[in-house]
Amino acid sequence: MGRILEIHDVRREFTMGTEIVRALKGVSFNVDAGEFVTIMGSSGSGKTTLLNMLGCLDKPTSGTYLLDSVNVKDLSRDELAKLRNTKIGFVFQAYNLLPRTSALENVELPLLYNPTIGTKERTERAIAALQAVKLDGRFDHTPNQLSGGQQQRVAIARALVNEPVMILADEATGNLDTRTSYEIMALMQDLNQNGKTIVFVTHEPDIASFSSRTVMLRDGKVQKDTLNTNRRSAKESLASLPETDDY
Amino acid sequence: MKIINLIRLAIKALQRNKLRALLTMLGIIIGVASVITMMSIGEGSKQSINASLSSMGSNMITIMPYSNEPGGARMMGSSIQSLTILDVNALKKDAPHIAKISPLASSSGQSINGASNWPTTIQGVSPEYLDIRKLTVKEGIIFSDQDVKSSAKVCLLGKTVVDNLFPNGQDPLGKIIRFGKIPFQVIGVLTPKGQSNFGQDQDDIIIAPYTTVQKRVLSSIYFGQIYASATTESASDAAVDEATSTLRETHRLRTDEENDFQIRTQAELMTMLNSTSSMMTALLTAVASISLVIGGIGIMNIMYVSVTERTREIGLRMAIGARGIDILFQFLIEAIMISITGGVIGVALGISSSLIVSSLLHWPTVISESSIVISFLVCAFTGIFFGYYPAVKASKLDPIEALRYE
Repeated sequence: MGRILEIHDVRREFTMGTEIVRALKGVSFNVDAGEFVTIMGSSGSGKTTLLNMLGCLDKPTSGTYLLDSVNVKDLSRDELAKLRNTKIGFVFQAYNLLPRTSALENVELPLLYNPTIGTKERTERAIAALQAVKLDGRFDHTPNQLSGGQQQRVAIARALVNEPVMILADEATGNLDTRTSYEIMALMQDLNQNGKTIVFVTHEPDIASFSSRTVMLRDGKVQKDTLNTNRRSAKESLASLPETDDY
Repeated sequence: MKIINLIRLAIKALQRNKLRALLTMLGIIIGVASVITMMSIGEGSKQSINASLSSMGSNMITIMPYSNEPGGARMMGSSIQSLTILDVNALKKDAPHIAKISPLASSSGQSINGASNWPTTIQGVSPEYLDIRKLTVKEGIIFSDQDVKSSAKVCLLGKTVVDNLFPNGQDPLGKIIRFGKIPFQVIGVLTPKGQSNFGQDQDDIIIAPYTTVQKRVLSSIYFGQIYASATTESASDAAVDEATSTLRETHRLRTDEENDFQIRTQAELMTMLNSTSSMMTALLTAVASISLVIGGIGIMNIMYVSVTERTREIGLRMAIGARGIDILFQFLIEAIMISITGGVIGVALGISSSLIVSSLLHWPTVISESSIVISFLVCAFTGIFFGYYPAVKASKLDPIEALRYE
């Protein structure tokens, strides 16, 4: 098993006027291929800063961050963009699908920025990704014709389509009801089973219990890093929910 | 991202806001259409001036008196008297590149036939004048050299004079008319020539032998002008040089004295008129191109709105791997698409409106390819220039902030 993430003593400081805000004060942990890690923490714990760092949207002030053995700190803006395109699949809380654009085109989007992929392959891979998230037959639907859960599944398909080494989810279930959240988590667990590495940022302990490992952040430092001994299966949780939720 | 995909993306983005795209284009459409129309009107009038000037004889040379007194009040050329029959004879003898020559002594006055009268101009000339000015006799004959020698009281009438002196359609040939107090026998009628470029009625003339006009009407030995034609159009310059040296000799001018006459060729006149009409065209085009600039500002405005509106989209694209240059090109191509589409519509509108101008107002218009190419290039440039700053703004966005933009 390769090492996907290697984070060593990462610090991130922001200068706000004359004051220096230390959002991350020396974070270290590693993620191996095939892991399903949740990063938890209350607001202000540095969760978002860490997430931006992991997603190569931001660079650490000091410390090293190796993504798939590439040191992010040495890269230019364009090289970071390329890294995000090929190695990371983003899933956002607000889905961030392009409005008035079909599901298929939304999923094709990352491939458009990958010059090695031609038109035919692009469509084939987008279709395969949508099928993997069980959205067969909804290729032409625009986001406003899809439910929240379906939109998030389109977003997951979009994250998968470039075959990244890691899926990075930011509160991916934050806007969804419990049932749909569990459906998404079931999908995530399936993907994880098939070998995908997943880093999932959340503040809900309920959601974290579906992962294999939880990193707890507090005040810019890792407070706890534990393997989940009694990992729950999202499918079973889904089945144990009351049959109908209509009220 | 590949260019073809960027273009597809831009088309899609514009299709989403059809009305907005159209309104943004409107400035460009109006700008291009007016530039093309103005240029076609300018080009058309230039060509029609050239055509009518060469119908007057492209190898024509005009010699006029000119004040050579350096100080004091300069007099108008017509009030200076320096050209006489001696000059004409000298030119005939010494200027081999001059094929035909005719003096011109003209006078304005009232022409009378019975109860009808008409104010007109009598031109005293030699028979060669008709060839030089490309005039032809429709009915009757031209006076002879004998008539010139004997100062015969014979004349040819232009169509306007005929119409006014013989309102009931009588045949003017052989009739006696009066110009002022002098009776003239009508021996011919000129073929109508219509209006000149300056709006002058070229048919409002009476032509008579110059001797008759000089002796009986003007009581003067001087000519107002001398008309000549060069052997060929290309010999014009040689003819001018010969005429200049001959006249300086006959006028006994010292080498340090200025000419007391001036010589104009038709080519010079053509250049002069063309430069006037070019200036008008340039002026009209400049005014029209202001609307192109305003159209460009409209594009810039809408592109800024579009960038702000789509900040989250830009953030997302960056997060999933778009480089700054991809975003830059996305918005730049969108701006260029707006301006080029506007340009195409504007070209079509410009062509059709100049066709309408020529068919409704009967103004001569010529649509030149260069005007189309130029306005099209200006359009594309406008799109690049005014689309660049919003596009740069978009490409410089921080993906973290753009993603969280509300």
